[in-house]
Amino acid sequence: MTHFLTTSYSVFVGRLLLACGIVFLATGPFLLDASGMQVMTEFMLMLVLALMWNLLAGYADIVTIGQHAFVGVGAYAFFGFLVFGEWNPYLSVLMAGAVAMLLAVPVMVIIFRLRTAYLAVGSWVVAETLMLCAGKLSAFGGGSGISMPVSAVKQFGARIGERYAHIYWLALVLLAVVFISTWLLMRSAVGLGLTAMRDNEDGAGAVGVNLTRSRVLCFLWTAPFLGLAGALITLQKLRVAPPASFSITEWTVYIIFIVLIGGVGSFEGPVIGGIVFFLLREYLAEVGVWHFIVLGPISIVIILIEPRGLWGLLRRFVPGDLIPVSYTPSALKGTKTEKARSLAASTSDVLSQS
Amino acid sequence: MVEIWTNQILQGVLLGGLYALFAIGLSLSVGVMRFVNIAHGDLIVMISFVLLSLTGGLGLPTLAAVAIVIPISFVGGYLLQRLLLQRVLGKDVLSIILVTFGLSIVIQNALQGVYGADIRKVGGGAIETATIPLSGNINVGVLPLVIFISATLLIWLLDLLLYRSRIGARIRAVSDSVATADLVGLRSARIYAIAMAIVGATMAISAGFMAIWTNFDPTSGPSRLLIAFEAVVLGGLGNLWGTLIGGIIIGVAQAVGAQFDAAWQVLAGHIVFLAIFLTRPQGLFPKY
Repeated sequence: MTHFLTTSYSVFVGRLLLACGIVFLATGPFLLDASGMQVMTEFMLMLVLALMWNLLAGYADIVTIGQHAFVGVGAYAFFGFLVFGEWNPYLSVLMAGAVAMLLAVPVMVIIFRLRTAYLAVGSWVVAETLMLCAGKLSAFGGGSGISMPVSAVKQFGARIGERYAHIYWLALVLLAVVFISTWLLMRSAVGLGLTAMRDNEDGAGAVGVNLTRSRVLCFLWTAPFLGLAGALITLQKLRVAPPASFSITEWTVYIIFIVLIGGVGSFEGPVIGGIVFFLLREYLAEVGVWHFIVLGPISIVIILIEPRGLWGLLRRFVPGDLIPVSYTPSALKGTKTEKARSLAASTSDVLSQS
Repeated sequence: MVEIWTNQILQGVLLGGLYALFAIGLSLSVGVMRFVNIAHGDLIVMISFVLLSLTGGLGLPTLAAVAIVIPISFVGGYLLQRLLLQRVLGKDVLSIILVTFGLSIVIQNALQGVYGADIRKVGGGAIETATIPLSGNINVGVLPLVIFISATLLIWLLDLLLYRSRIGARIRAVSDSVATADLVGLRSARIYAIAMAIVGATMAISAGFMAIWTNFDPTSGPSRLLIAFEAVVLGGLGNLWGTLIGGIIIGVAQAVGAQFDAAWQVLAGHIVFLAIFLTRPQGLFPKY
C-alpha cells in the first residue's frame, strides 16, 4: 500500500487547497470584518515581499539583507507624489514602483561588485545609508517621520471600512500581478536558466546561461514590486518614518524567516511559509521578543536538516509541484513513450559501453 | 579654525582604532575562513553585556572582568565553529549567511529579554576622563589612545601569529585549500575552530574597550557589524593592516561629518565608504 502523500492525489489535494485559498482571498472583503481585512492585507503584502526575496535568494543567488531599502523608498516616493505633488492616488502608487526601479540601477552598480555574503552585508550598508538619508528629508518630518494628511487618506475611501476594502483590493491586485508575472518569468527561457542556476550555478554557466544577465534581470524585476508594496504598506500605516518604513525587522528579517521556513528556491515555499508565519505570529505575539528566540533556532535547524524548508520536506513524498514552474521534457510525455524508451535504451547502451 | 579640524581629525583617527578593533575579528574570519559572520557585531555586544554583569552584578573591577572574559570567548569561539558553523561551511553560501543571520537575531532578542532595551555602559574608572593636553585646545583622551595602541599591537601580534608561527602556517594552508590541507594530514575542522577561537578572543578585547568608551544596547550589534565590514572591505580582504587603515578612514569620516552636524556622523561614514568602494571595489590594499 502506498502512502497517501506519495500518490498523485496529494498533488490534486494540494492544488485544491491552493484554489480554496485563492477563492478565499478573492472574496475576503465580503467575509471579513475590518481587522480581519487588515491582517489579510498585511499577509498579501508580506507574501509579495517573500516571493521577491525568494526569487533573488532562491534562484538568482543574490542573498540580500537590504530588501527593506526598496520598501522604504517606495513608501517615501508614494507619500511625496500623493501629498506634496498632489498626484492622482493610483498614479502615486505606480510612481512608487517606478522610483524604486530607478533607484535599483545605482544600487545594483554598487552591490553587484560584491558576491555572496559580502553582497548581503553590502546591501545592508546601502539600505542603512538610504534610511539615514530619508531621515534628513525635513519635508518628510526628518528622523521622526510624518503622518498622512486626512484629505490624502480620504481619497482612498471616506469611511474606514470602505478604505480597508479598497486597500485590500489593491494588495490583492498587486499579489496577483506579482504571482502570475513571476510564474510566467519562471516558465520562460530565463526561468529555465534560473532553475539551472539554483541547482548548480557553475553547471548553468557552462551550458550557456548568462549568469550576469539573469541576476540583473531578477534584481530589476523585484525592485518595482517592492516599491509598490511599500506604497500599499504606507497606505495601511498612514505615515512614513525612517525606522518604520525602512524596517529591517518587518520587511527583511520576517521575510527571510517566511521563505526559509516554507522552503527557499520553490514557488510553494513562500506561500506555505507565509501561512505558517501568520499562524505562529497570532500565538507568539504575546510573548514579545521571545518569538524571535523561537524563530531563530527553528530557521537554523531547518538549514541544518532540510535547507529546502517545509515544502522540501513534503516534496520528498509528493510526486509533483503544486505550482508547476518546470516543463516535463516532451520526450517523456505519454504520447511519445516510444521515443522516450528508445532514448533511454540508447542512453543506457552508451553508459554500459563506457 | 585649523585647530578645530586638526583636533577633529585626530579624534577620528583614535575612533578608527576602536573600529579597527571591531573589525580585526571579522577580517580574520573573512581572510581565513572566507565567510562573513553576520552575528559578529552581536557577539561583541553580547560579551559587553557579560562584562556588565561581571562588573555591575558581581562588583569585579573592569580589568579583571575582561581578563576572565577573554579565555571564555576563546573557548566560545572554538565551540561555535565546531558545533555550528563548521556544519554549514561546506554547503552553499546561502546556508552560512542564514545561519549567522539567525544567530544574530537570536542574540539580539535574547539580550533584550534578559537585560531589557536600556542603553548601557561599563564604568572604566579614572582612565575614562584622563586627557593629555597636546597644544592649545587639542586634547587627547588617554582611553582612546590606549585603545588605538592596543589595536595596533593586536594587529601586529596577529600578523606575527599568522605569518611567523607554525599554527599560522597551518591556518593559512587550510585557508588556501581545505582539500589539499586535509591531504597532507592537517585537520582542517580543528584548525578552523582554533582560528575562530582567536577571533573570539579579539572580540572579547574589543567588547571590553567598547563597553567602557561607548554606550551600547541589545540592538547595537548590526551597526558595529556594518562598521567592521566597511573597515575590512576598505582595507582589502584578508589584509589586517589594511583593516586598521579602513577603520581609521571610517573614524575620520565620521568625526569630520559630526563637525558639520552631529546628526551626520554615521551617515558620513557610510557615504565615504560607498564612494571609496565604487572607485576601488577590491579595497585599498588587496591581498588576494
